[in-house]
Amino acid sequence: MRCGSPGTGRGIEAVQGYSLAALVRRSFTGHSGWKPLWRSHPLSEKYDVLIVGAGGHGLATAYYLARNHGRRNIAVLERGWLGGGNVGRNTVTVRSNYLRDESIPFYVKSVKLYEGLSKELNFNLMHSKRGMIDIVQTWPKLRELRRKQLAMDLHGSTYRQIGVDEIRRRIPVLTGGGPDSRLPILAGMVHTDAAVNRHDAVAWGYARAADAMGVQIHQHTAVRRLLRNESGSVCGVETNRGTIGADAVCLAVSGHTTTLTDTIGLDLPLRTFNLSAFVSEPVKPVIDVVVNCPDLGVYLSQTDKGELVIGGGTDPGQSFRRGIKQSVFEDTVGAMLELFPAFSRLKLLRQWGGHLDIAHDASPIISSAGISGLFISAGWWGGYKAIPAGGMTFAHLIATGTPHPLAESLVLDRFDRLEFILEAGTTVSV
Amino acid sequence: MLIIDCPFCGRRDEREFSHGGPDFGPRPQDAGALGDREWVRQLTVPVNPLGKVREWWWHERGCGGWVLIVRDTETHEILAVEDFRR
Repeated sequence: MRCGSPGTGRGIEAVQGYSLAALVRRSFTGHSGWKPLWRSHPLSEKYDVLIVGAGGHGLATAYYLARNHGRRNIAVLERGWLGGGNVGRNTVTVRSNYLRDESIPFYVKSVKLYEGLSKELNFNLMHSKRGMIDIVQTWPKLRELRRKQLAMDLHGSTYRQIGVDEIRRRIPVLTGGGPDSRLPILAGMVHTDAAVNRHDAVAWGYARAADAMGVQIHQHTAVRRLLRNESGSVCGVETNRGTIGADAVCLAVSGHTTTLTDTIGLDLPLRTFNLSAFVSEPVKPVIDVVVNCPDLGVYLSQTDKGELVIGGGTDPGQSFRRGIKQSVFEDTVGAMLELFPAFSRLKLLRQWGGHLDIAHDASPIISSAGISGLFISAGWWGGYKAIPAGGMTFAHLIATGTPHPLAESLVLDRFDRLEFILEAGTTVSV
Repeated sequence: MLIIDCPFCGRRDEREFSHGGPDFGPRPQDAGALGDREWVRQLTVPVNPLGKVREWWWHERGCGGWVLIVRDTETHEILAVEDFRR
């Protein structure tokens, strides 16, 4: 088979800066002179690095490859439109309250990177470091979270136990969970590092910065198949726009990782699930933190527009659908109403689902695939918070061939050694 | 929402069931014949198809039996009930 001839890298083009002065200057011309955030290039036959998936992780990887490692001849391929996958289908919660020594430093780094990202990308991510409060309603959960606190203390994350009175003071609308309820509130855990921000801005900000450094972004370019050469190395992809060659093919496609690796007979310890979220009509400010209720399986926060964003657990069973399931919806919202009975009269405006793949140990995989030319970033269950660190460490792996120190445990062959990194999502225990 | 046809109880709402995961196939009879890598694969690598998956559901809030169904992961259509153990 043919994997194309070498293409040419593109030069760096100055990005239009965003600033108050630029805003004032453009106002005289009716804001007509703003350039698009990224350009559309003709598709070359070959690139040094092909990144499949223009979501948060794919775009961040392209950005850090260009910025940290000086790579320029990079293309990001996207089946749909940029930012239309899981980076636009999540609940924008950024946090680092994990349990394992392998996980916590990685997420602490990601939270730190997010905090400086608006300035770095010159793009307002509307980052709001508002903190998260876990509402604890069972003694085993309290023991589990206190264990987590001790682990987090070692790695510079923040977790602090508070009493019921302080929970009621900080979240006045939380009126359920009293002494006579099914699950009385026992305590809370405050994670002050937690934040929310604007998901579109993360995708667009990374895309704009990567484009400015010469990365090509190709939307509506669906990868159908991975291609291998005579020696067995992955040397390109087959798309709806023809064959594209590459020295390195890097998958950042969330739930469809196995769909692509199946085309070369590579098995991965991944299962794809649908995770859904719901948004209420906007109301005046009632909650200024992220509220997580691990015993009930629901978490929520309020957007700047006033909508409540409500998330729960995954659908039972593997799923490649991006819908919501009535039973999951009822369980999630019913659980929320136990603690927030006042919200029973809110109307829900929107809901969405996104499919993501979960590894056998529920921790991510940032790894060489064990096949020359193929790299995989997968298993992102709650991958939004991990976009900066995931992109940075994946780029390091692709550029240098060795895992980044923060992600050296997240390699694929950990499963062969039975070195599982058992983690859980926000609401679900493994 | 799925309606699962339990061979003992009849057609029941998915919420009566707990998901038991995809079928990993028969356990290898001769344990010694498999190397470490094959065992890890057997235990950790499920099928993750865009289409038919064979999976177990436990009728926890029903008869307590285990039902093996074939379900489409894109449409959620249940194509067959293949096995039942009680």
